[in-house]
Amino acid sequence: MLAGRNGSGKSTLLRVLATALRPDLGTARVAGLDVVHDRDEVRSRVALLDHKSQVYDVFSALENLELVARFLGDPKRDRARCMAVLEEVGLADRARGPVAEFSAGMRKRLALARVLLKAPDVALLDEPYGELDPPGFRLVDGVLDRLRRQGSTVVMATHLVDRGREHCDRALVLAAGGVEWDGAARQLPADAGIVA
Amino acid sequence: MATAVMDTKTSDTSTPYMVAGAGLLLLVVGSYWGLAYAPRETYMGDVQRIMYVHVPTAWNAMLAFTFAFGCAIASLIRGGYRWDTRLEASMEVGVVLSTLLCIQGAIWAKPTWGVWWDWDPRLTTTAVLVLAFSGIIALRSFVDDPGRRAVWSAVAAIIAYVDVPIVYFSVKWWNSLHQMQSTPETVSKAFHWPLRINAIGILLLMWGLIALRARIAALRLERQLQPPPEAA
Amino acid sequence: MTQALVALRKDALLQWRTRGRFVAVFVFGATALLLFSFAIGPSAGALRQHAAGFLWLALMLASTLALGDSFHGEMENRALEGLVLLPASPVALYYGKALANWAQLALLGVALVPFMVVLYDAPPGGALPLIGLILLGTAGLSFPGTLYAAMTVQVRGSQTLLPLLLFPLVVPVLLAAVSATSLVMTGDPMDQLRSWTLLLVCFDLIYASLCGLLFGRVVES
Repeated sequence: MLAGRNGSGKSTLLRVLATALRPDLGTARVAGLDVVHDRDEVRSRVALLDHKSQVYDVFSALENLELVARFLGDPKRDRARCMAVLEEVGLADRARGPVAEFSAGMRKRLALARVLLKAPDVALLDEPYGELDPPGFRLVDGVLDRLRRQGSTVVMATHLVDRGREHCDRALVLAAGGVEWDGAARQLPADAGIVA
Repeated sequence: MATAVMDTKTSDTSTPYMVAGAGLLLLVVGSYWGLAYAPRETYMGDVQRIMYVHVPTAWNAMLAFTFAFGCAIASLIRGGYRWDTRLEASMEVGVVLSTLLCIQGAIWAKPTWGVWWDWDPRLTTTAVLVLAFSGIIALRSFVDDPGRRAVWSAVAAIIAYVDVPIVYFSVKWWNSLHQMQSTPETVSKAFHWPLRINAIGILLLMWGLIALRARIAALRLERQLQPPPEAA
Repeated sequence: MTQALVALRKDALLQWRTRGRFVAVFVFGATALLLFSFAIGPSAGALRQHAAGFLWLALMLASTLALGDSFHGEMENRALEGLVLLPASPVALYYGKALANWAQLALLGVALVPFMVVLYDAPPGGALPLIGLILLGTAGLSFPGTLYAAMTVQVRGSQTLLPLLLFPLVVPVLLAAVSATSLVMTGDPMDQLRSWTLLLVCFDLIYASLCGLLFGRVVES
């Protein structure tokens, strides 16, 4: 779990780990692979849940997922599987309408669906609870459990420290681009990252 | 992955100044010789004297852009910013020289052909180059992230440079289609000394200017790339 | 490469879903043709003589709109980045987009021809050679233009930057396309069509490969 105030570098760190951003200094390794030198390998093993939904507004939810499935090239990820994932995130009845008409919460669900579809070894989630309502929170809880059961490692940046403590084993608090606190999530103080 | 933006060679300003100074001196000597002392050309008269400046400028402008092309490739292959600063410098110097070239061409064309622009293939290609590389310089000013700026301007420079022979040939064919007059290329062999002096003069001047300009770019980059302060 | 086909299908579908924009771009091109004719004046001979030039100028201007547009949908939600991170090969993504843009520009060119014929009283000459030239010329606009559009849409001031970068580069395309189109329309006594066509083919091949190679660097951070 990554906690910290806005601007502390949580999103940047996640993006570097996802190989979306190239580090200027230092090295980063994911699953033993270097993010710069083994970039494509890293990419095939991780999935990023970004602030932006990474979807095409003029396509439907189903089309967006099918596009991902086709690029991943795995014949197992066919239409039935895409629908199943949409079902899991509660978008089954809006699967065929254009994403342009989605609310922010629905976009978040679609973005989560993308991550689930990829079934990555490492899931990098940037504020998964953002823009969601209480049923949405439970959905994310379910997604996190599912990822854990699948054997994925989850790195989650969140402001909801309580939920983070429930789901995560380890917590880091970032401040101004550096690590301020590192330890077991259960021992994280309740106001971590809120008070300077 | 820290790469030094400046090495000790570029931080020493005395050499570029001396080189540029030497170049300027040579340029003055060569120009005076060519413009004042060399014998008058039989057919074209005094206007032809501009060749003593025009031809060396042309050689060096092409050299500047070719060097820029090399810097662009090096910048993409090696990463870091050392070649990027040289790319920035050589593109600017190239644009300045090429602009001068176009002005010189116009000065030559008006008394000779009666028009300011005679659509000579080499000169027209130069004009296109000025526009192309000015565009890349403009691109640089719109991109804030230095890493991205380096990669993008290198890509654009490679694309623009590869176009040079194609532009030249297309203009040449287009000219011959419409039967335009062509610019005589020869400068009488007997007067080659002022030409060579000027060529070397501009070369040294250019070298010094590129080095100095690259240094300015490097200083700006160093300031922009300051790593964030250590967390308390 | 199957990824290239997936990308092409995606970009074709994107264009189909936003086909209203095509109409807007076409109207822009037609307006440009009209304005050019005003600039020349009603002299029939002059209009006919320059028809090919105006057609390609209008096409070039309209292409900056079409090319710039082609990346808006990619960047607004970071959709392109989402694909790159899958990982999808940037080369495949490039060719998908460039080919789709090529088709759109070619269609635009063909759509503008009747407009040109009417406004400038210019006989189109052979239909097949004309279509062929439109294909070759628009390829020369699309392949480098797609790469530049990917760059410029990510920075502010992109409206100015795209034509600023593209137009000097495609001077050979303009010269060749205009000359060749004129020859098709008014006759080719000295058999020069072949050289111009060859120039276009060379330009297209060189830039299709070069831009494909370099596209990866443009979409990576």
